[in-house]
Order: sequence, then structure tokens, then C-alpha cells
Amino acid sequence: MMLETSYYLVLAALIFTVGATGVLLRRNALIIFMCIEMMLNSVNLTLIALARQWGDLEGQIFVFMIMAVAAAEVAVGLAILIANVRHRKSINIDEINLLKW
Amino acid sequence: MLDLAWLILVFPALGALINLFIGDRLKERGIQVVASGAVLLSFVVSLRLFFGLSGLDEHHRTVTVHLWDWITIGSFRAPAALLIDPLSVTMALIVTGVGALIHIYAGGYMHGERNYQRFFVYLNFFILAMLVLILSNNFVGMFVGWEGVGLASYLLIGFYFDRHDESYGHYADAGKKAFLVNRIGDFGMMLAVFLIWTGVGSVVFEEVSQGSGALATGTATAICLLLLLAATGKSAQLPLFVWLPDAMAGPTPVSALIHAATMVTAGIYMVARTHFLWELAPMAGSLAAWVGGLTALLAATIALTQVDLKKILAYSTISQLGYMMLGVGVGAYAFAIFHLVTHAFFKALLFLAAGNVMHGLPDGELDIRKMGNLRAKMPTTYLLFVIGALALAGFPPLSGFFSKDGILLHVANHNILLYLVGLFTALLTAFYSFRAVFMAFCGEARDQHVHEHAHESPAVMTRPLWVLAILAVVGGALNLPLVLTMEHYLEAAVGKPAFHPSVPMELVLLAVSAVVALAGVGLAYGRYLKSTDSVAGKLAAGITGLVRPMEPIARNRWYVDEIYAAWIVGPLLGLSNWFTQVVDQGVVDGAVNLVGQANLYLGGALRKVHNGLVPTYALSLFCGVVALLLWFVIGG
Repeated sequence: MMLETSYYLVLAALIFTVGATGVLLRRNALIIFMCIEMMLNSVNLTLIALARQWGDLEGQIFVFMIMAVAAAEVAVGLAILIANVRHRKSINIDEINLLKW
Repeated sequence: MLDLAWLILVFPALGALINLFIGDRLKERGIQVVASGAVLLSFVVSLRLFFGLSGLDEHHRTVTVHLWDWITIGSFRAPAALLIDPLSVTMALIVTGVGALIHIYAGGYMHGERNYQRFFVYLNFFILAMLVLILSNNFVGMFVGWEGVGLASYLLIGFYFDRHDESYGHYADAGKKAFLVNRIGDFGMMLAVFLIWTGVGSVVFEEVSQGSGALATGTATAICLLLLLAATGKSAQLPLFVWLPDAMAGPTPVSALIHAATMVTAGIYMVARTHFLWELAPMAGSLAAWVGGLTALLAATIALTQVDLKKILAYSTISQLGYMMLGVGVGAYAFAIFHLVTHAFFKALLFLAAGNVMHGLPDGELDIRKMGNLRAKMPTTYLLFVIGALALAGFPPLSGFFSKDGILLHVANHNILLYLVGLFTALLTAFYSFRAVFMAFCGEARDQHVHEHAHESPAVMTRPLWVLAILAVVGGALNLPLVLTMEHYLEAAVGKPAFHPSVPMELVLLAVSAVVALAGVGLAYGRYLKSTDSVAGKLAAGITGLVRPMEPIARNRWYVDEIYAAWIVGPLLGLSNWFTQVVDQGVVDGAVNLVGQANLYLGGALRKVHNGLVPTYALSLFCGVVALLLWFVIGG
């Protein structure tokens, strides 16, 4: 028997909410990165679930795109983070506030 | 032959261009040959035009030489065309003839001056502009020349723009004054041309002349009043005469050519050219006559009191232009042009002789109080100056006598009061011309330093004057009373005069004029050469003593400059300052600054939002996404 699509969607929504809450509330930059990954992957889950329901490959292709973009984003983000750690000895984003007026 | 009329313009244009572009490689001599040669060639062309025109039948002496279509917009048409008729040919002969003599003289006068080349470029440009003014067959072309001579006048008055002295202030300011005062007249000219265009539908003289019947008397009067304003500017009449005395800041040949012989007569020429309009507006004509008469009188009284030789001549020019304006005002166009011609001869002569005096005295001294007995040192100049002064004083039978008398004759018929004004002015004229002669050339030397260094001028500066002197003596023959050669010649251009004086009246008035001229000269003789002990001296002192209380007023030029400064220049300056400070800096600049300041302030307020904390940015992003989603879900 096949699980209903709605289960996947609810799970994805939960994961997304956890990710978004983490992004907004946590101060550790690494954790925030991980939360972003959770949000992205929850979206991936949604796309795959719907692709299976409609028997359409487009959703799966999107997932590949998102994974590639996420990988690139993580690479760039971690590089910035490492540079910042070398510079300020900290990954607390409250202390990373150079982008202000 | 008449088809080659355009050559008359080409020569001075070429002269100016050659001197402008390769003048620095020519020596003084080369520059002078080019400049004088150009004007001489123009004079030759004018002569050919004169003879070509004389060969035509009397009633067909109006020829238009069409060069090209200059402006054609809808029904508005202003061709580049030359109008060759007796009036324009007479003017062209004067401008190029007297102009050529003055060019030759200037070659000697300006010897060794800085900017020799520039001087002759301007001078040739002036001749070109003046010829455009008098030869154009339409108002627009005339206006181009009108502005061109104004520009040349401005450039030449301010020729010594770096100089500064007590009598003229900054020389550059004198040029500026001339230009600005003339602008007022120029606006009158422009408005008049607009009115003519709307009223008649053409700006070509011949077409306006034929269509002028369509003009209502009111419109014609308005046009003529505006033209009168233009003429008062260019021809230095009340109320715009104030620029001409200051214009003497220019080199003397310029004063002779532009500010005595030619340019200042442009207003008179213009009125004569538009005589068909003035015949429709007798009221404007009367006003012109009064303006002329009062200017003549006012300027003559001022000339009585001046001590600067060139300023005496300047006021005398204004006064004589007043006579011409009086002449055209009463419809005696031919006599006004006749006086214009003779005046060009004797006033150019007087100015150039004054130039010789200036040239021959240390530091270019012009104060007649420091002269005296120059006759001994510069006999030729003395003789020339006396001839000029006699002609100016209207001494019979010199040229000025006949031309001035012709005008007075017509004025006597028109208005006896104006005639008396003119006659009294003639007395003053004779007096002040010989006051200058006696104080400068006769009596005893009052300043030994000046007298010792005085010397006669070289031949190049006296020979052209002899030509002018001969013309000043015999010029009256152009239009002898009762014979009236010139009046008949000009009939084709300015029409027949409405008034023909009877022979007895003519003879009586001639005699009166002669007596007045003699009286003026005699009075000056008694006042300045006789001691107050002699009978003649006592008499003269008694008569001049009667008007002594008026002397300070006249010496201060009737306070005209002061009145203008207080009532017109001052308020205008105040208004301009108010506009700069309040309107321009306050309102215009203020609006621009306000936009800038407002943006700065708003930006300053908004930038506080950027606190640099990543969670804040993330939250705002999140809120934005939620808001968009809500919009799509609920609103969509």
C-alpha cells in the first residue's frame, strides 16, 4: 500500500517550521546553516511527494537543481564563516554586524 | 551694372576676414592697405552704382537686386536683397567715402598701437554692417545691420578696455553703456517690425509702402512711435542720448566715423526710409520734431560748458542729430539727409582735427583749458579745425549753412516755436564751436608744458582732412536753395516735400540764419579773445552773463545721468539684486536644495532599519514571505 501524499506534506511542513524557527531564533551560524538545509530539504520532500502523486518528473528535476544550489550555497556560506572565524574568533551572528549603517 | 551691387558688401567683408586671419603676418602697412583698400573699392562700387542709377529714367530709380531667399516661413518672406535707390546710394557714398578717408587717417593715428590689427578688423566689420543697414530692402535685413553696427560700436568704444581715467571711468563701461542704452531702442525697432508684419503682412519696404494704406491711424502711430524710440537710441536723441558722450572713450577715428559721420545717422536714415509710415502718423512726426528740437537745444547748452574737446564735439553731434530729427519730423526728409551728408563731412573733419590735437599734445591732452595758441604749433590742423567749425556754425556759404537753413525753413512753416528753438540752438552752435577754436588754438598758451611739446601731425593724418575740408566748404552746392539738386534727386526715394517756400521767405530766413551764425561767432570772439575792458569784451561778457546762472546745470549735463541713475538704474539694480538674492537664491535654488535635504533626511531616518543583525534581516524576509503568501492565498 502507498502512503497518502498528505502525510509527506505534513512532515515537510513540520521540518520547514523547525528550520525556519531555528533560523530566526538560534545565534550559532553553523546551526542556522543546518536549519536552512532543513528548510530546503523539506521543500525537496514536498516536490518529490507531489511528483510521485502526479507521475510527473518535473518535480524531481527541480529537486536536483535545489540540491546543486544548496551545495554551492553551503560552500560559499562556510567559506564566509571560516573567514569570519579567522578574523573575529566567533560564529555568533549577533557579533557579525558589519552590514549596518 | 547694378547687378554687381553685392560687391559693395564683399570688399569690407573680405578686408575684415583677411586682416582677421592673416593680419598678424602683415605689417602695420599691410593691414592698413587691406583695410583702406577694401573700403576704397566699396566706394568705387558705390560710385558706379550712383552713375548707374543716374543713367536710369527719373521714375525708375528704384532697383532691387535680389541675392537669395534668406528667410521664408509660410507667407513671411525676408529676402537677402539690396535696395538701390537715390537714398541708399547717397548713404552708401557717404559711408564708404568718409569711411575710406577715416581708414586712411586711422592708419597714421593708430600707428604703433597695440591691437592695430584688431582695430582694422572691427572698422571693416563696421563698414560691412552699416552697408547692410542702408542697402537692405526689408526691415529684417536692416535690423541685422542695425545690430551689427551696434556691436561694432560697442567693440570700438571699448577698444581701450583696460584703461581707466577720471573723465570716462572704466573705458569698457562706456561701451557697455552704449550697448545697453541702444538695446532699449532696438526693442522699439523689433516691436515696430512685428506690428508692421501683423498690420501689412510684409517686411519688404516696397511692399509695406504699397500696403501701408491698410494700416489704421492708431497702428501707424504706434509703429512710428516705436520707430522713434529706435531712432532716439541709435541717433542719440532724448531720452536715450546719454551713451554718445561716453562713446568718446573710443579712439578718435572711431568717434569720427561711427559716432559722428555714419552710425548715429542710422536713425535719421531709418525714418527717411520709412517716410510712408510717418506720413500716416502726423502726431508721431510732430513728436519726433519736438524730440529733435529739444535734443538740439539741450545738447548745445551742454556743449557750451564742456572743457574736453572731444566731448564738445560729441554734444555738438547730438545737437546736430537733433536738427536732422527735427527735419524728418516735419517731413523735410531731403533736407535732413542733406544735413546728414554735410554733417558727415564737417563733423568727421572736426573729430579728425581734434584727433590731430590729441595726437600732437603730450599724454593725448584734450582739456581746452590747458591749450591756447596751438595755432603756432599746428597751423594745418588749426586751419582744418576752423573750416570745420565754420561749417558747423552755419557760416555762409559753407555747407552747414545751407543744410541747417533748409531744415529751419521747413520747421518755420511747421511750427514757429520750434523754429525759434532751432534758431537759438544755431546761435549756441556758433558760439560753442568758436569757443573751442579760440580757447584751443588762439589767445595765449595757458600750459607751457603742453605748448612746448605740441607738434603737427604727419601727412597721412592731414591729407584726408583736406579732402573733408574741401567737401565741408563746397558741400552746400549739393543742394543750393532754389536749385535743390539733391532734393530732386532724392524724390524717387522719399517723395516730394509737401511744402515749397516762397522766394522772399527763403531769402529772409537765409539772412536771419547768417546773422545768427555771425552773432554767435562774434560773441565767442568778444568773450574769449577780447579783454573785458574793451567794448566788444564788455558786450559779450554782459550777454553771456545773462545766462550765467544756468551754467552749473548745463555743466552737469542737466543731471540727466544722475536722474537716470537714481530713477531707472538704481531701482532696476535693486530689482535685479532682489531677484538674485530672493527669487534665484531663495526660491529657485531653495527648491533644488529642499529636494536634496529632504532625501538626506529621509535616508537618515530609514538607514536606522539596517542594524546589521542577521536575525533581523531574516525575520523581515520571513515576514515578507508570509505577507506575500497571505496576499496570494487570501487576495488571489
